[in-house]
Amino acid sequence: MSAIILFMAVMAVIAGWWLSQQRLTAKPWLEEGSIDDFPGTGAITLPAAKLGLGVFLAVAGSLFALFISAYSMRMNMMDWRAMPVPSLLWFNTGVLVLSSVALQWAHVAARRDDMDGVIIGLCAGGASAITFLIGQLLAWQQLRAAGYFVASNPANSFFYMMTAAHGLHLMGGLVALGRATARVWRGAEMAQVRLSVELCTIYWHFLLLVWLVLLGLLTGWTDDFVDICRRLLT
Amino acid sequence: MVDVPYDARADAPPAEVPEVELYHPRSWWTQYVFSQDAKVIAIQYSLTASAIGLVALVLSWLMRLQLGFPGTFSFIDASQYLQFITMHGMIMVIYLLTALFLGGFGNYLIPLMVGARDMVFPYVNMLSYWIYLLAVLVLASTFFVPGGPTGAGWTLYPPQAVLSGTPGQDWGIVLMLVSLILFIIGFTMGGLNYVVTVLQARTRGMTLMRMPLTVWGIFTATVMALLAFPALFVASVMMLFDRLLGTSFFMPALVEMGQQMKYGGGSPILFQHLFWFFGHPEVYIVALPAFGIVSDLISTHARKNIFGYRMMVWAIVGIGALSFVVWAHHMYVSGMHPKFGFFFATTTLIIAIPTAIKVYNWVLTLWRGDIHLTVPMLFALGFIITFVNGGLTGLFLGNVVVDVPLSDTMFVVAHFHMVMGVAPIMVVLGAIYHWYPKVTGRMLDDWMGKFHFWVTFLGAYLIFFPMHYIGLLGVPRRYHDIGEAAFIPSSTHTLNAFITVMALIVGFAQMVFLFNLVWSLFRGRPSGGNPWRATTLEWQTPETPPGHGNWGKELPVVYRWAYDYSVPGAAQDFIPQNQPRTTPAVQGAAP
Repeated sequence: MSAIILFMAVMAVIAGWWLSQQRLTAKPWLEEGSIDDFPGTGAITLPAAKLGLGVFLAVAGSLFALFISAYSMRMNMMDWRAMPVPSLLWFNTGVLVLSSVALQWAHVAARRDDMDGVIIGLCAGGASAITFLIGQLLAWQQLRAAGYFVASNPANSFFYMMTAAHGLHLMGGLVALGRATARVWRGAEMAQVRLSVELCTIYWHFLLLVWLVLLGLLTGWTDDFVDICRRLLT
Repeated sequence: MVDVPYDARADAPPAEVPEVELYHPRSWWTQYVFSQDAKVIAIQYSLTASAIGLVALVLSWLMRLQLGFPGTFSFIDASQYLQFITMHGMIMVIYLLTALFLGGFGNYLIPLMVGARDMVFPYVNMLSYWIYLLAVLVLASTFFVPGGPTGAGWTLYPPQAVLSGTPGQDWGIVLMLVSLILFIIGFTMGGLNYVVTVLQARTRGMTLMRMPLTVWGIFTATVMALLAFPALFVASVMMLFDRLLGTSFFMPALVEMGQQMKYGGGSPILFQHLFWFFGHPEVYIVALPAFGIVSDLISTHARKNIFGYRMMVWAIVGIGALSFVVWAHHMYVSGMHPKFGFFFATTTLIIAIPTAIKVYNWVLTLWRGDIHLTVPMLFALGFIITFVNGGLTGLFLGNVVVDVPLSDTMFVVAHFHMVMGVAPIMVVLGAIYHWYPKVTGRMLDDWMGKFHFWVTFLGAYLIFFPMHYIGLLGVPRRYHDIGEAAFIPSSTHTLNAFITVMALIVGFAQMVFLFNLVWSLFRGRPSGGNPWRATTLEWQTPETPPGHGNWGKELPVVYRWAYDYSVPGAAQDFIPQNQPRTTPAVQGAAP
């Protein structure tokens, strides 16, 4: 359970930092009247959607941290046989990086009021994300053809389950991206588009980060690190 | 001192958040059925949760009939008994209490108490309810599928949950896991709303330290639930894989009916870790809203400010954080390393400190208060006593050496029913008596309310006190029929029959409550906007029940904390949160 404990510790630090800004030591019974004297203790001024995305990333982060925890506990059992990593995954990773870069491009263009740049960025980002998903499906097929079925070894089971979970999150992101693109297509104002593009970009970077962590885990690069974490807690 | 004419509006900072554009329902369907108004969604959540809760109540009667009069009711066999246990536990903990506190009270009270017009994502909020309803329907459907619902116990421990010896192995367990997954997806949608609304949509002047403790409790519980439910999600998905695809995440190598099964190498303990990483915070996901609500009930009905508000807030946050590092105290008998047990026993007992602070503060709030023994207050007092009782046996069970012999006896059943069943339900009932006038504009009948309270309160003690004793004798839990054993005296059977009779009586009292809810809707005394003369914002709405958008033309502005009761020198014994100070010279109320 070391991964999830680590994740929770990070969440606790963020929550603690934010709470420390909120004057939790105030004596509200003595502070009748205006709150002008205490700037920054009102509602958060970020747009609700951005804050909502932040909270959702915490939930999704917790989900993946738990998958990783389960993985690191299960891989210690006797029957674990590490799985070969199809080389296609490297191509997929590259495509996902490109997808993130394209959305970052769209984000920068939106800030510069460059509508053409936004459209190019969004379309390129969406197309490469779909390519990534197709690539993942092909990787599954290659593994199946080579006899690595979902139930034949726990390493395989984890591989299929975690890539599926990541893929489903990306598909959810594609829905949001599709809606943002449709809005641009209909000729919405830049001010309206800017926030949607920014949110998509943040989500894409998050999913890229999750994928890199998962890839490190599935290829066995992080085995030493996992081992250290496990020893810390036992 | 001369009263200086004072422009209160000048004291209010400019709106930090632009007014939200409200959606407006255009038809009967979008107003009452597919509504995006948090108040309607709250009522939908509450009614659905209560309906499925009634099913769980009936299941508990059936279990008690079997335990009290074994052999008399031939239609309850051992398999069905296990199915009743499983469904009763799962429904009560997740589909009733979690949904009612967060989906019901959270939806109704958060926007009103923080001075918002609605939740920040109304559409997602509506989806949350419909997915919850779907989860409940999938769960209820397991009663009608071949093989019936799963009988694996509410903890669903593998490998037995997946094996053919357990009832409901075909469909029951699969649908149970699907229902849990749906519930978690639906809850996450609602939870995002509750958290972001508190963070982002508070009205002007509503600092965190001016929020009523109800909002603090629900907010913290929601944050915990958002982080803890993924553990149940992961466990459910992995068990579905094991059951449907034949993977071996949790399933060890097994021989069933002489046949070697396809499973091998999996770890049942891994499931227990994941389950309890959710399961223990879940206790506080239910308890923290109850803590918050009961603080407000006590303060309002004792006409006194809450004692130690800051400590109350810190304790809520502290309990929320600590509850994530105690999960393995549910696994003392799983064969864990003794040092692990020591660590988890320590963290478990440390949680008693902030919890005890809260209990002391409630009692000190009552001290020299102007206590009105209204029905909400009676239930709040009943909660404090019950929570202390249940909490004390928690101290026993938190210690490894005490837990090991008592584990899997009726003592544990009595403990968690006191602390997690009766105590939160007391708060739920008290809160319904308290806020029903705001929701409907009419008071609940007082006589029926008092009858309901006394029968429920005394009855609960007559059920669960003897159960502790039976547990100490060593009577095991989850047994369909304890039969004759040397260590079980025959008086146990008499006690069991007594408990059953009491359980039926307490159940009957709930029917009186339901009748009261319906009867008062039409015949109740009109309540007016603020029948309890309370300070918090939900009682200051221009209309009762609050209209669409809650606040009429302008959002309220908050000038004070939520507990200005019996302030010396004030005209009334309460000052609403949105009432500006009359003169700038008067600084501060009584501490």
